[in-house]
Amino acid sequence: MILPPEFQDWFARQGWQPHPHQLALLEASGDSLLIAPTGGGKTLAGFLPSLIELRDGVRKGSVHTLYVSPLKALTADIGRNLARPVADLGLSIRIEDRTGDTGQTQRRRQRVDPPEVLLTTPESLALMLSYPEAPAIFGGLRRVVLDELHALAESKRGDQLMLGLARLRALAPGLRVTGLSATVEDPHALADFMAGRAPVAVIQADPGPDPDIAMLPTARPAPWAGGGGHYAIPEVLDAVRQARTTIIFINTRAQAELFFQALWAANDENLPIGLHHGSLSRESRARVEAAMAAGELRAVVATGSLDLGIDWGAVDLVIQIGAPKNVKRLVQRIGRANHRYNAPSKARIVPANRFEQIECVAALQAVREGDLDGDPREPGPLDVLCQHILLTACAAPFAADALFAEITTAGPYRRLTRADFVACLDFAATGGYALRAYDRWQRLMLRDGLWRLRDPRSTQLLRMNIGTIVEAEMVRVRMRGRGGAPLGEVEEAFAASLSPGDTFLIGGRVVRMDAMREMVIEVSPDPGRQPKIAVFSGVKLAMSTQLAHRVQALIGDPSHHTSLPPDTRDWLALQAQVSRLPEPGLLLSETFPHAGLWHFALYGFAGRNALQTLGLLLTREMEEEGLGPLGFLSTDYALLIWSLDPVRNPAPLLDPARLRAGLGDWLGGNAVMKRTFRNVATVAGLIQRNMPGLRKTGRQATFSSDILYDTLRKYDPDHLMLRVTADEAGRGLVDFGRIEEMLSHSPRCEHRMLERVSPLAAPLLLEVGKVPIRGEGRERLAGIEAEALMREAGLEFSA
Amino acid sequence: MSSHAFTFHGLRFEARASGALWWPDGRWLVVADLHFGKSERLARRGGPLLPPYEGLATLERLGSEIATLRPEAVVSLGDGFDDMATIQALDPAVLAELQRMATMRDWFWISGNHDPLGDAKLPGRMLVELPLASVILRHQADPQAGPDISGHFHPVVRLAGERRRAFLLGKDHLILPAFGAYTGGLSCEDASLRRLIPKGIAIACGRRAVALPIGVAPAKGR
Repeated sequence: MILPPEFQDWFARQGWQPHPHQLALLEASGDSLLIAPTGGGKTLAGFLPSLIELRDGVRKGSVHTLYVSPLKALTADIGRNLARPVADLGLSIRIEDRTGDTGQTQRRRQRVDPPEVLLTTPESLALMLSYPEAPAIFGGLRRVVLDELHALAESKRGDQLMLGLARLRALAPGLRVTGLSATVEDPHALADFMAGRAPVAVIQADPGPDPDIAMLPTARPAPWAGGGGHYAIPEVLDAVRQARTTIIFINTRAQAELFFQALWAANDENLPIGLHHGSLSRESRARVEAAMAAGELRAVVATGSLDLGIDWGAVDLVIQIGAPKNVKRLVQRIGRANHRYNAPSKARIVPANRFEQIECVAALQAVREGDLDGDPREPGPLDVLCQHILLTACAAPFAADALFAEITTAGPYRRLTRADFVACLDFAATGGYALRAYDRWQRLMLRDGLWRLRDPRSTQLLRMNIGTIVEAEMVRVRMRGRGGAPLGEVEEAFAASLSPGDTFLIGGRVVRMDAMREMVIEVSPDPGRQPKIAVFSGVKLAMSTQLAHRVQALIGDPSHHTSLPPDTRDWLALQAQVSRLPEPGLLLSETFPHAGLWHFALYGFAGRNALQTLGLLLTREMEEEGLGPLGFLSTDYALLIWSLDPVRNPAPLLDPARLRAGLGDWLGGNAVMKRTFRNVATVAGLIQRNMPGLRKTGRQATFSSDILYDTLRKYDPDHLMLRVTADEAGRGLVDFGRIEEMLSHSPRCEHRMLERVSPLAAPLLLEVGKVPIRGEGRERLAGIEAEALMREAGLEFSA
Repeated sequence: MSSHAFTFHGLRFEARASGALWWPDGRWLVVADLHFGKSERLARRGGPLLPPYEGLATLERLGSEIATLRPEAVVSLGDGFDDMATIQALDPAVLAELQRMATMRDWFWISGNHDPLGDAKLPGRMLVELPLASVILRHQADPQAGPDISGHFHPVVRLAGERRRAFLLGKDHLILPAFGAYTGGLSCEDASLRRLIPKGIAIACGRRAVALPIGVAPAKGR
């Protein structure tokens, strides 16, 4: 396919030259993956072949091009952007979006009379594929464009999308698929992920000039511990003043709130600065986005909520507060600055503490060397497959052999075993329990060789629960009084820790909790007071393995310390003098007394999730050895445990077999496992997020997923859902694989008994997030708390 | 397993950590909202296929309380079964064990909203209400006709960062937590419970029974 003359004219009228990668996509004969920086006309590249084909006229009544993006906002934006060339070229093409926001009337019409170009999300695609009309809607599909594929591939949404794509490829043979992605570490792995039966060609656009990226120089050195980055406020404000528009990325929502507040406290010129994160209400986020688009803001403080999204051409500076934890993410964030192709992106990094200073230096080296990190993608998870099987049955009865053949054409499920497929089908049909209790009430029945839904009422429930994003239970926050403005959401666990009168930060202001009514927290403004509680928990990103190795190498080789700031250099030199420096291949630990307790520090560099798991496992071993562990703390770099008696020889505690044994029997009952189970069981359709006609009184027809988890562990320990949970936790929150990686990467253990805290351990003592060890302790705590409440209320109860 | 002792309208009771109520003077064991057959009912209606072990789990906990306390009578405060059809379709092993337990002592089934009166397959007596001294045992608390002991609401309370099933003890009403394994919970702060018990005591279940005040704002400003 070549660019027709009227398209060439159109480009010329815009004053543009088609990019080589745009032309390369036209020439591609099969499926392709385009890797291009932001601003490279990526989306237009993806749509050009469709526009040319549609110009030549196609039969109506079926979608020609399907565009899938991770964000609803993007589909609307793309629709607007495409409208211009379509109008200029006089093409008669209907372009419509179909997302969770699309109204019922339009949905119905789209099922009968589909547009030529349909813009959607993975979840809406799964829903459309579950309709009996799916073959008619998609039978004539010629092209699929997958936008921001790198982001989709990072989660289960990508697995679900690939299963849907396998379905589309079966419904419309000859379909051509184009993936669009930002820079990734392994383009061929991503190409394999989106591939069907035939391989996918990778097209690399010119990456453009190297980014202008450096540490932000500050007058004061980074503090020893903490994650706020507030010491750099004056320099950050200076940088904002000098740039046109800045995005200030910060890793957690709580940190974003605090940084935003501190920034405004010093913002004497009243530079317009906004705040954007996932816990703010949709209205507030939309306001900030609109203000950014209109060029009314000079800066926005944001979390990962702005990692993707609409291009704001005006952004010319990105500031990253806190270590990026992951080189690829850093590079992608840098790409958010300066969307003019062929102009370097500008970014500045602000480490939050001494350890992060080293991490930032290591990350900058990695960026310069183009060494991106990322773990190889795991095979497609089985909970997503269970959901897919049930949704397939919603569309039409299916034969097991045919479905298995189709599923194994999807990249993530290419190596799915027949046994695992059968287990998932059995789960979908009967629940898959050892006690075969549901013979009469199976969800799927086999009749005439085809699996079908027993009860047509199931379809509504299943369709209401489509998707793979499982949110934490959230509680809404709004201003007190009738029609009080919504401010955002906090996690239910955080809401439960609040009492009336407590103050906390949300949306950059301090509010006081007045009451909690029907799962809504009502608050009043309470400026001028220090927020009593400023944190709401959120997922913390762990430092990537590759970056950890770089940090370890940098610390371990004093000849490279010249690249570090002077105070950090002195700190490491002192550590080398009184203890020793960790280095690649060596697992260093120290025992020292401090504040009347023994402390054990282990420099594992394995990321915070793995080190938290290790903390749980080691304290359990220490409990058994009678060392009296009282608590621990984990960071990305190190684990610190305090106890009544000292750890003198850690080697036996760190025996992998012993640790793995502990993982099996003890961690099984851990809250981390329960949280993972809730996600898995929800995606697989065992727990329903949405139910028709659920009464609004708060009287819960549903119950805690913990009960299901405990019941299964007791009565059906080999059940599929428990296996999937263990797999997922093993590489996610529990991250046991990373502990094993740490032990094999650093086979030599060296332990130092010290008389006092070492320089490297000192910042750990200042960190927050200590985990107390509880067993019987939890019950005692409950008793003490209840007694105190009774006394305050003037009630004494004796048994 | 611990319990919390208290007096309600002249009657001495113990709130067991299991969620059962024990009347030592008459050797009565009272439980609410067993909801046998819940997973079966959801499956029948085309819903999710939950682990079919809640009958066994509930029965095991009830059996262990009976073995410990050796009651002369057991009272189920309604919603013993998730609906009438589940009584018919109950796991035979669960039904047999239930029948065995019920033939060895007096057994009263108070009817609830899920299981209006009566099924001949079950041993024991079917009732709408059961008087005990000046108190009425019924399924749902009656704001006009207290004092009563009831279930229905599945109350829960927050304590030390956890949601726990709880007894609610007020002036005119004593409300039991749900005893069944697959039962949700309604916060004791909910308006429908606050109307019945504006002020009183919650006894949280779990490993131990723990009493705490409800409807009283904790003192602030220490």
